[in-house]
Amino acid sequence: MDFKDYYKIMGVEKDASQDEIKRAYRKLARKYHPDVSKEADAEIHFKEVGEAYEALKDPEKRAAYDQLGANWKAGQDFNPPPDWDAGFEFNGAGYTGGDASDYSDFFESLFGRGFGSAQAQHQRGGYTAHGEDHHAKILIELEDAYHGATRGITLQSPELDNNGHVITKQRSLNVKIPKGVKQGQRIRLTGQGSAGIGNAPAGDLYLEIEFKSHSIYRVDGHDVYLDLPVTPWEAALGATIKVPTPNGPVDLKVAEGTITGRKLRLKARGIPGKPAGDLYVVTQITLPRADSDAAKELYRKMEQELTYNPRSKLGV
Amino acid sequence: MTQQTLNGILIDEQTELSLNDLCKACSSSAEWIIELVEEGALEPIGYIQTQWRFSGNSLQRARTAMRLQRDLGINLSGIALALDLLDKIETLESRLSQFEMSDNN
Repeated sequence: MDFKDYYKIMGVEKDASQDEIKRAYRKLARKYHPDVSKEADAEIHFKEVGEAYEALKDPEKRAAYDQLGANWKAGQDFNPPPDWDAGFEFNGAGYTGGDASDYSDFFESLFGRGFGSAQAQHQRGGYTAHGEDHHAKILIELEDAYHGATRGITLQSPELDNNGHVITKQRSLNVKIPKGVKQGQRIRLTGQGSAGIGNAPAGDLYLEIEFKSHSIYRVDGHDVYLDLPVTPWEAALGATIKVPTPNGPVDLKVAEGTITGRKLRLKARGIPGKPAGDLYVVTQITLPRADSDAAKELYRKMEQELTYNPRSKLGV
Repeated sequence: MTQQTLNGILIDEQTELSLNDLCKACSSSAEWIIELVEEGALEPIGYIQTQWRFSGNSLQRARTAMRLQRDLGINLSGIALALDLLDKIETLESRLSQFEMSDNN
């Protein structure tokens, strides 16, 4: 287990005041909040910052951490010495952060685990016998949205065992992905959330759809975009070009005199639905390299025979 | 181990959620959802609360609102503002990436 330098994570000095720590936390939490930040590892940063704040905001926990942490560097292999927390009272103390299951082994070895459960029940607000709804993300291919698919997912959820300890339970589900799903939509699986209390029904499981990034397509709502490389002669003379679509290749007519960045719409070839999205093909004219004598000759011939000045509007 | 395949319900723009559905999915109180509606952060159809119908994307908005409140301590008007700004950023970013796509080359 690696030692974590919570001060470094928060970007504050070891003698920072509680106010400074709070300000640093607020700032970092806004910066890395997964709903706000588009950075790839925002969620990891956010959890790390939340954990650091959880340890430092409480003077008791902070004092204990300080006593321990003086000689440790981040990343060093770490095991808490026995009785390290003697004299400190924080087990079961207030706990306002996210999920207990999100904290690192390092945090749990210091401050224990299992004290998140009381919070979870409290958060539910108003007692209800229904099981809690659960939420998870499912990564799918763009093609799955075109054809529908069945995908297996493994979910990890914290549950309480008979002794009241939080344990991570794994379960696998096969889920049907309906045709026409879009990024950010959710699939509700009735009764797949937490078990109900007594005879009450179980909660539901919501799966949020997220597309894996695709090597050639880009998705915007129900529309799909494709960059299509085009040769200068195809663009100049017009041509019929084979173009891939998630439903298989189609023949696309490129008009005479096509320029780079022209958007050609293939109606209803985006993500299916009512209405179906469109597929936009964006032309990109690419130049063949003059890497042979013959190619050089052709370019020179164009230079001599075409009176073309692309900079005429610039006055030169 | 053999597994059955589960058929879910797709929550899209056509899906209608009741106040109760939304409360349950967000683990929130009805009062909290009503406050979001009063701030204009959620716009249900229907005049009477018991008959309110929320569109599918309300679920996403309500859950984002919940996380912003829990994690950043933002009040409801702040949340309504943040949601509007996030929408705006998303629109701008998707337009920007279209321009960038036509530009690079």
